[in-house]
Amino acid sequence: MKRMGILCSCILTLVLSSLPLRAQQPPAASPAASATSPDAAKAVADKLNQLDQRVTAAQSAADNAWMLVSAALVLMMTGPGLALFYGGLVRHKNVLAIMMQSFALMALITVLWALVGYSLCFGGSGPVIGNFQFAMLRGVGVVPNADYAATIPQLTFMVYQLMFAVITPALITGATAERMKFSGTLLFMTLWFLLVYAPMAHMVWGKGGFLNASLGGRFPTLDFAGGTVVHITSGVSALVCALYMGKRVGYPKQPMPPHSMVLSFIGACLLWVGWFGFNAGSALSSGGLASSAFVATHFGAAAAALSWSAAEWLKTGRASALGAISGAVAGLVAITPAAGFVDPLSALGIGFVAGAFCYWMVTKFKAMFGYDDALDAFGVHGAGGTIGALLTGICARMVINPIYGEGKPVGGFDGHWGQVGNQLMGILVAWVLAIVGTFVILKIVDAVTGVRVTEDQEIEGLDITQHGEEAYNLES
Amino acid sequence: MMKIEAIIQPSRFESVKDALLEIGIDGMTVTEVRGHGRQKGHTEVYRGREYTVDLLPKIKLELVLPDNLVNRAVETILKSAKTGKIGDGKIFLSRVEEAIRIRNEERGESAL
Repeated sequence: MKRMGILCSCILTLVLSSLPLRAQQPPAASPAASATSPDAAKAVADKLNQLDQRVTAAQSAADNAWMLVSAALVLMMTGPGLALFYGGLVRHKNVLAIMMQSFALMALITVLWALVGYSLCFGGSGPVIGNFQFAMLRGVGVVPNADYAATIPQLTFMVYQLMFAVITPALITGATAERMKFSGTLLFMTLWFLLVYAPMAHMVWGKGGFLNASLGGRFPTLDFAGGTVVHITSGVSALVCALYMGKRVGYPKQPMPPHSMVLSFIGACLLWVGWFGFNAGSALSSGGLASSAFVATHFGAAAAALSWSAAEWLKTGRASALGAISGAVAGLVAITPAAGFVDPLSALGIGFVAGAFCYWMVTKFKAMFGYDDALDAFGVHGAGGTIGALLTGICARMVINPIYGEGKPVGGFDGHWGQVGNQLMGILVAWVLAIVGTFVILKIVDAVTGVRVTEDQEIEGLDITQHGEEAYNLES
Repeated sequence: MMKIEAIIQPSRFESVKDALLEIGIDGMTVTEVRGHGRQKGHTEVYRGREYTVDLLPKIKLELVLPDNLVNRAVETILKSAKTGKIGDGKIFLSRVEEAIRIRNEERGESAL
């Protein structure tokens, strides 16, 4: 905005400074000077109008370019990012199955999004869920939807938000890995997207949603890019799934080490890069706020990679590659709700806390309760999302993002400690919705397709039994 | 004719192969194997979960040689495969009844 202001004033100065010249010339040449001044004024007005349109178009083009790139980056987080990250962590007999689950969601959620998903998330102005205003993408075109992003085509906003809806259920597959039926996965994800994701997205980001911070929510929850909407809902649902399905055959006695740390490593690095689209893209524009979120994202990831590694080094005597990349992902999760609200130093702080906390969650906490969250979807996303949402309420600053209006305090560091209460409300709603919704959905899926494969199929591996393929045909 | 089976450390394989080539032995069959003798495995830790890996990767060399070459070959392997630590592996010798070259059905030592 500031840049636009400077641009406008430059143009205005140019136009104004050229006025006297034009005005001076005609009187010397012709006595009809008084007749030309209204024409000149009109010409100036037209010119200004044109310039105004061009400035708007230029800003729209700049914002749209960044947002389209961001949308693509977020899709890259699911495939190949998450698919590789999770794929490397499972045993080699299940790698295609877990990758296929992510990939299937790229297709399935996209279709659902066009039919009703976008509308349920962003249509209307109800407190809990959207309406069918944009069902079948009716009325969604190049004209911006000023409620959400006034400078980019609504199509861009729509497709950008779609990518979030794709990756969120994909995160859950980390907990159900190596034992969930493919048919059950598809049914579960369809219902979960409609009954858990859509309401949560609308409550936090939708107009009139009762947790919305900028469009009239009762409990304004700060969630810049999806700490509650994406990570708490998926992480907590993952825990419910893990508890409901039970442990994998042989867990925890039988060793189940990752089959390829290299795949996971590449996946985690792709996630880190893609996360710039996830968080900085959530500015929904290409200005200073996007830069702020970009920097916070990077700092959060780096700090958490260090703190997880340090915790592990102290505990086991070594810093592992898996620890470092898991830490980075935990930091990215935790900084997600905070990205567009905190300064770089707060981002470092959030990252440090999240890395150590998630390390404790996936090692001590998980062992204490004995549930089999195979790839730690809860320990990283549920736990990291919760701690991040809470810390956002503390660290958010009005100088970074005056979401409540100029000069109005945003988070605890601004003196607005009531925000922490709002964050707790958002966290609570996300947890309850995820627990209740997921449990009900699992019951339905169990009755229709079944949730879990048979023991024989599980031992043989999901690649062969669910998809009729093997990932590594080394003899062929 | 004797068969030498040598289970060695993977890290010593290249030097064993080169040393055998130097004394004129250029035929061998190599397999990647896993196993353990007195050497216990190591532990790996993935997100706090410890796994004991007790079958360690080794290389198995198989050579069938005329009797007069066997002693030199064994000495060469001993010298080049040794690191002095537990886990250096073992050499097994056994008598071979017959050898047949598939291409021309030569038999005996001339088939080696």
